[in-house]
Amino acid sequence: MKAHLMKKTPWLSGLFASAVCAAAVLCAGCGPRQASAPALKAKATGSAIVVVSGDKQLGSPGSALPQPLIVQVNDDQGNAVTGARVELSGPKGVLFDPAEVLTDDNGQATVKVRLAGVSGRYELTAASQDAHGKSFDIPVAEYAAGYQQQVGYKIDAKYCSRCHDEESTTEQVSNYDNLAVPPHAFSNGGVYNKLSGSDLAAIIAHGGPAMNRSALMPPYGWTLTKPEIQAVIAYIRLVSDPPYAAPGVGYANR
Amino acid sequence: MQTNKTGFLSSIRAFVRDPFRMFGMVSVILLLLLTIAPAKDYFSQWRGYQRQYLRFIGSRGDAVTLRRHFTGGIQQIWIPKLDVVDRCQSCHVGLAEASLADVKEQPFRAHPPIPHKLTEFGCTMCHRGQGAATTVEEAHHSEMAGEEPILPARYIESSCGQCHHEPLEGAPKLNRGRVALARYGCVHCHTIALPEGSTMQATDNPPPLSHIADKTTREWIYAWLKDPASYSATATMPNFQLSDADAGDISAFLIANSTPQPGDTIAPPAASGDAASGSDAGASLYGESFCASCHATQNEAGNLVGGDLGPELTNVGGKVKPGWLMAWMRDPQKYDPQTPMPQYRWTDPQLKLIVSYVEGKTDPDFLANVHLQPATKAQIAHGKKLVIEYGCASCHVIAGVPKPDNFAPELSRIGSKPVVQLVFLPGMKHTLPAYLEQKIRQPRSFGPSLHMPRYNFNAGQIEDLTTALLSLTDRSFSLPASLQVPAVRETSYQPAGQAGQLMASLNCQSCHRINGHGGTMAPDLSWEGSSVQRAWLDNFLKNPNTLRPTLIRRMPRFNLTDAERTTLTDYILTVYQTPAFDRDAMPLAGYPPQLIEQGRQLFYSKYDCQSCHMVNPNVDKGYIGPMLTHVGARLNAAWIFHYLKDPQALRPGTIEPNQHMSDDDARALTAFLMAQKSGAGQGANQ
Repeated sequence: MKAHLMKKTPWLSGLFASAVCAAAVLCAGCGPRQASAPALKAKATGSAIVVVSGDKQLGSPGSALPQPLIVQVNDDQGNAVTGARVELSGPKGVLFDPAEVLTDDNGQATVKVRLAGVSGRYELTAASQDAHGKSFDIPVAEYAAGYQQQVGYKIDAKYCSRCHDEESTTEQVSNYDNLAVPPHAFSNGGVYNKLSGSDLAAIIAHGGPAMNRSALMPPYGWTLTKPEIQAVIAYIRLVSDPPYAAPGVGYANR
Repeated sequence: MQTNKTGFLSSIRAFVRDPFRMFGMVSVILLLLLTIAPAKDYFSQWRGYQRQYLRFIGSRGDAVTLRRHFTGGIQQIWIPKLDVVDRCQSCHVGLAEASLADVKEQPFRAHPPIPHKLTEFGCTMCHRGQGAATTVEEAHHSEMAGEEPILPARYIESSCGQCHHEPLEGAPKLNRGRVALARYGCVHCHTIALPEGSTMQATDNPPPLSHIADKTTREWIYAWLKDPASYSATATMPNFQLSDADAGDISAFLIANSTPQPGDTIAPPAASGDAASGSDAGASLYGESFCASCHATQNEAGNLVGGDLGPELTNVGGKVKPGWLMAWMRDPQKYDPQTPMPQYRWTDPQLKLIVSYVEGKTDPDFLANVHLQPATKAQIAHGKKLVIEYGCASCHVIAGVPKPDNFAPELSRIGSKPVVQLVFLPGMKHTLPAYLEQKIRQPRSFGPSLHMPRYNFNAGQIEDLTTALLSLTDRSFSLPASLQVPAVRETSYQPAGQAGQLMASLNCQSCHRINGHGGTMAPDLSWEGSSVQRAWLDNFLKNPNTLRPTLIRRMPRFNLTDAERTTLTDYILTVYQTPAFDRDAMPLAGYPPQLIEQGRQLFYSKYDCQSCHMVNPNVDKGYIGPMLTHVGARLNAAWIFHYLKDPQALRPGTIEPNQHMSDDDARALTAFLMAQKSGAGQGANQ
């Protein structure tokens, strides 16, 4: 029937042919294009991978992280391996430059990371393969701060980290070691994840004694505005390790 | 062909001959055509997303709530006064659902919290794109005339800058970009008009070049012009990518054009016989004078150490002539009235010491390969032509070359420039941000005859600058004035009279802010007279010291005479007072011991002040706030009282928390603190 129709109407067959062509072009467009990228060949293999620096950085959505991510591949003896292939992967939208790299003379691979366009915690993976082709990897967490978290970070740097930062440097001196009751670092998810948002807001606004905690934590309710306090909480939730999960979501995701 | 045609015609004829058959066929075709409209609607992209959304929330614990919030159909935000018609929520269904904040996949993620309501500003105000479109392609990627594609997330802070012209806490990139536009002198050549009517002002301080021959040599100018970064990595002067001949001609013109100015040069110090000990003494004078508060130098490890208010001094010895440096160190304002450098009042031996120390900071390689022939008239004339061509006078004062108006294209609305008006390089992404980035990174890549120089910006700085430029949109001019948040304008405050002259020569306001004018390196002095006691201030000016144990002292000692100190102290104590209270309303001493004891208990138990402050250094450990060991001899009681009541009211931005203290508590603490006069921790834990 179709053949008959086509024989009778060449304009229709032309249309059919062009439709076939278009479909072919579309299919070709959809085909796996990445397959042609030449894979980097490993010159050596290790058995473990560690993060040297550049994890848990605070960046902005869609932006490159301030420092590169540096990982190191070690062998069984713990010695750095030169020429091992490291492959970086992460959620959709995260860009690595380069995504595959061989470790340098120090056994280290340096990669620039650009986070995707949404704020939040990013779980990345740096992987390599051992001599038997078995893969081993290390998880790397990075943070993209949205507006609120960025404000929280600024407030943290100005007020909170003077005591809550466990490390004291000449640029940013911390009072941490001088306090009779040591404060908790904001990344301490073990402590903060147990506190609800309103508990945290109460401690920040009314001081430690409001929640039966140390009086060394002064009240900030007359210094910070309510949105600023919420911003600090959003920042604490962002950098908390283990990651903070909003209540109810565990059930909801099932 | 013929048979086909006749076949077709005959089938038509067959239809016409048989009206029932024809009617049936036409009806079927009509019916098919009629179904197209509802089918197109049913299969529309946004309906697909809404169906997907309903399936997606069905698997969540809060499905019932989310379903109740859901209304199908096109969702539109219409704000006539902002010219916003946004249908983004037709696909981004969960945008206002706080519980969807954890969703990773788009388009169902909740919008992260921002200080604005979606319904008040819409989406395209910040994200750009086509708000009225109902397909992803058209909404996000349309580049047709007058339409702008969606803004990549990394530049999103630029949208804040359309209304907010003040520094914004949550938009660090925008803030940095704006600072860079002013600091790197972009606005010397490119006018950037702001919606409230002013223009963006540069904050760099390009030196005047009318007397340049007093200061440096033609060889140095030549090498500097060729590559400013090779002299100093922190140079704000860009690289004009000049040929050897052009750099030689410009240097020839600048030297020939320079006129000597009386007093610009003093006889340089004779070479010291004991160079080593001289250099040691010079280094310690350099340290004592806190030159590093403003000037950076490269240390042996190659790291820059020091402030960035003044130029880097790592190789300055190869640049400036010793005689000029002597005159400069004695009175910098003589050569450059706009300089932020204070007049140090060094004695002659000190001057010689510091000059020979600074002259010793030199890089022998910098001028090693520079050999210039004496300049000819033609070279000088060509040099002048180049100076005019490159717009040197946009930044520098050069005698005989007027400052050109609008030397480079105005950038006031660059963030709205339509893509069709841009010329792209092959292989470049056809977007405005990509164009701006490339223009900042490699200006001459768009054509060798362009005059824009090259800066040594890193990728982050380029992103910052692009963000700041993208904030300069048409929209920022057309928005209602009620939405505009203007930047805090710098006042032109200058102290008056004899003290004013003294403070001008000391350039106090290079570091200290007073009445809305001045630097931010050091404390604001607007109300210093209410705060401190006379004896302390006089002593501090004699020998400044830092109040915080963790801060590096940065205030230099200026060799002030007794009379000068009295003038300054009198002026500060009389003029710089807060209208909020009378500083003498409370006595400096004589508080009853019970009150002091009560204050001690409040200090140590209720308010735990020792977390950050020290009253008794043997016991207390807090070193975040200022030392309070001598606070009773430093501050006025009324100041302490009111400061305790509301710290931010007296020192905006201080990190001391407002404890909402009662008057009684504040009074007792004031009594306790006023008892701390000699550093022995009176009344403190003993």
